[in-house]
Amino acid sequence: MKYLHLIWAALFRRKTRTFLTLVSIITAFLLFGMLDAVRTAFDSGSKSLVGVDRLVTSSRYSIIQSLPQALLSRIAGVPGVRDVAYANWFGGIYQDPKNFVFSYAVSPNYLDVYPEIRLSAAQRKAFDSTRTGAVIGPTLAKKYGWKVGDKIPLQSTIFPQKNGSKTWAFDIVGIYTVAPGAANGLDQLFLLHWKYFDEANLYASHQMGWYIDRLSNPAQADQVSKAIDALSQNSDHETKTQTEQAFSASFAKQLGDIGLIVSAIMGAVFFTLILLTGNTMAQAVRERTSELAVLKTIGFSNRSVLSMVLVESVLLLLLGGVIGLGLAALLAPGVSKGSGGMINLPSVGVTSWALGVALMVLIGLVVGTLPAMRAMRLNIVDALAGR
Amino acid sequence: MHKFLSFMGNLGLLVLLAVVLLIWTQLPLPVVAALGVLLALWLGLTRRGRQTLSVTRVGVSTLPQRLGASSVIVIGIAGVVGVLVAMLAMGEGFQATLQQTGSNDTAIVLRGGSAAELNSVLERDNIAVIEEAPGVARGADGKPLASAEISVVANLPKKDDPTVDANVQLRGVGEEAWALRPNVKIIQGRRFKPGLRELVVGQGAMRQFAGLEVGRQLRLAGQEWTVVGEFASGDSHDSELWGDMQTVASTYRRGSSAQSVTVRLASPQAFNTFKAALVSDPRLKVDVTTTREYFSKQSEGLTKVIRIVGITVGVIMAIGAIFGALNTMFAAVASRAREIATLRAIGFRGVPVVVSILLETMLLALLGGVLGGFITWLIFNGYTASTLGSNFSQVVFQFKVSPQLLWTGIKWAMAIGFIGGLFPAVRAARLPVTTALREL
Repeated sequence: MKYLHLIWAALFRRKTRTFLTLVSIITAFLLFGMLDAVRTAFDSGSKSLVGVDRLVTSSRYSIIQSLPQALLSRIAGVPGVRDVAYANWFGGIYQDPKNFVFSYAVSPNYLDVYPEIRLSAAQRKAFDSTRTGAVIGPTLAKKYGWKVGDKIPLQSTIFPQKNGSKTWAFDIVGIYTVAPGAANGLDQLFLLHWKYFDEANLYASHQMGWYIDRLSNPAQADQVSKAIDALSQNSDHETKTQTEQAFSASFAKQLGDIGLIVSAIMGAVFFTLILLTGNTMAQAVRERTSELAVLKTIGFSNRSVLSMVLVESVLLLLLGGVIGLGLAALLAPGVSKGSGGMINLPSVGVTSWALGVALMVLIGLVVGTLPAMRAMRLNIVDALAGR
Repeated sequence: MHKFLSFMGNLGLLVLLAVVLLIWTQLPLPVVAALGVLLALWLGLTRRGRQTLSVTRVGVSTLPQRLGASSVIVIGIAGVVGVLVAMLAMGEGFQATLQQTGSNDTAIVLRGGSAAELNSVLERDNIAVIEEAPGVARGADGKPLASAEISVVANLPKKDDPTVDANVQLRGVGEEAWALRPNVKIIQGRRFKPGLRELVVGQGAMRQFAGLEVGRQLRLAGQEWTVVGEFASGDSHDSELWGDMQTVASTYRRGSSAQSVTVRLASPQAFNTFKAALVSDPRLKVDVTTTREYFSKQSEGLTKVIRIVGITVGVIMAIGAIFGALNTMFAAVASRAREIATLRAIGFRGVPVVVSILLETMLLALLGGVLGGFITWLIFNGYTASTLGSNFSQVVFQFKVSPQLLWTGIKWAMAIGFIGGLFPAVRAARLPVTTALREL
């Protein structure tokens, strides 16, 4: 610690070079911050701790197959199931096909099964008593500037009403908030009454897209899901019941292997970075050969010279890396806004920071090792003579 | 005053840089080739040019001594070009797969307002009207070349991880489907027989999903189906399973309705007649598009996202690479300061010095660009990937590293090299000769 000012001075001995290297490190970690945020966002659905007590029962054959209403009471009768809610995909768009709205037609007890969706008692009451009512997530409300009391026309891409019109009008009766730790995307739902949907739509009659089963004890998830699937075995509507995490993870996986793409890019970036900073550190030590020799002459031990060079390189990485990650955290909301909702870049999370700092230290040590060894092994006489 | 002048000089340099880059991105290949020839002529024929050439030769010949530093430029730029080209190749491959699926002489009819087949429903009597509409080509037997089709999503285990189920599109097709899409060829086994629960599997789906080998049985919607053949089409149908329309409809309890009707038009010009006839028919409420337009539209969203992400990542990486190049070239100029000052003292002017350093950097950049492009081509050309398409099922596509993309990558590399070399070059030319000569 007492050598810090010495290391600091060495770091800024050549301001241009240090500055240029720092900018490269900053860009590398800026990229890391953004990409890792994307990766964790895709993973979050399967890692979130909220909702471990929920199973999703959907058709075994395909997600577009709906399930009969008769299953409701039978699932509710399975031991270990505390509560059953159901929902149907509405496929809503607002004004333009580009403005896709995640809209579900849900059962009256849906909000009870999702305690992380927080709705004030008054708004809940309004929702329960309004046939055409809808509650929406905070992010969705902000995106289109919708307020409680607005009448919003949504078009369903799938379901026309009985009168042939594809435009459904809903009254926004509530805007909920989302408890921390909830799965990504929960803040932009549009929930409407299944009953209204079922009565007014031309096609599906008394069919549910999927059931959500709330368990009394999350540890029983395996046996309960087997018992539920056994209910419909060999019928024409066999079901597949899995935990909510597994359900959303399978969706993310179908989009493509985001993790692989991200790590491939990061591999290329960090390989280049190691080469670049390694070169800088090698230059720095080569230039200072005589200075290091002087340090050793006046009594600095081999070990302290070694650690000084190592600390210098780690410090360089940390300095650039923290600025880069900080920039990523600042820029992420801007990018999401700039892309017009096409790309939803989450902010840099704690795990990304931890991983980032670990990478900084690791890369710092890797690039510092060779120059530091060189510095340690300097022969004082040769170095002072400039040989 | 001196500081002010130098500041204005740098500012001017930046503006010049922006303008040059802007023009550079728009330049087509022939113009760049012409510029290259001009440069070569200048180098070979004029006095300044020959001076430049000899200074450059000195610089290049000392490159091996600065191997570590020079490789920073090469590998840094190779990384940028590699990532950029790979991302764009992914977008292009996806787009190409979907665009090839469509053509201008076939049209697809969906229920009005349905963006994809999955959301559409057409009733039996509507289908008959569509098939008999004017503008539809007729086969040798006089029947219209039209196929009413049904498209459902089935859930099957993936080959690389059998515990994971993914969506696959099961298409029920009419008898005319084969004549409608002549590019669909059976490469193994035979076609399915109408009325039987038999399937033919696209080669892409065959690669992605487990248990689809010819001769295997599988369970779809509670019924046993037999795979009797494999087909290849070279487009997005490769990701599908095909079965008989009536059998699929009855298995999935769709009655006599279909989801889309695809027709072959008598000629591409007949599309307007066909569309006008259907739109003006009061019995129908349908959207009519050529299949080319329909499939192009499906690739639009994802291709755009991939392009935005690819270019954003590319730009950020390029900034890093530019600073890496600047670092290296400043160091190179500093280590050659005496040499450059000597050249200037014996009568070399500023221009040859500037141009030679620029040339050296751009040479390294070109090397990096070629290396990055080549590695990407080696790894990713033809690499197979899949994603969720607009019908909520897997679309298998191949990365396509086209010459245009490689050219884009090289252009980026040259631009990075230009910026990375310009500032060090200008510094070298501005260095006062006397100071530089005295420097150790």
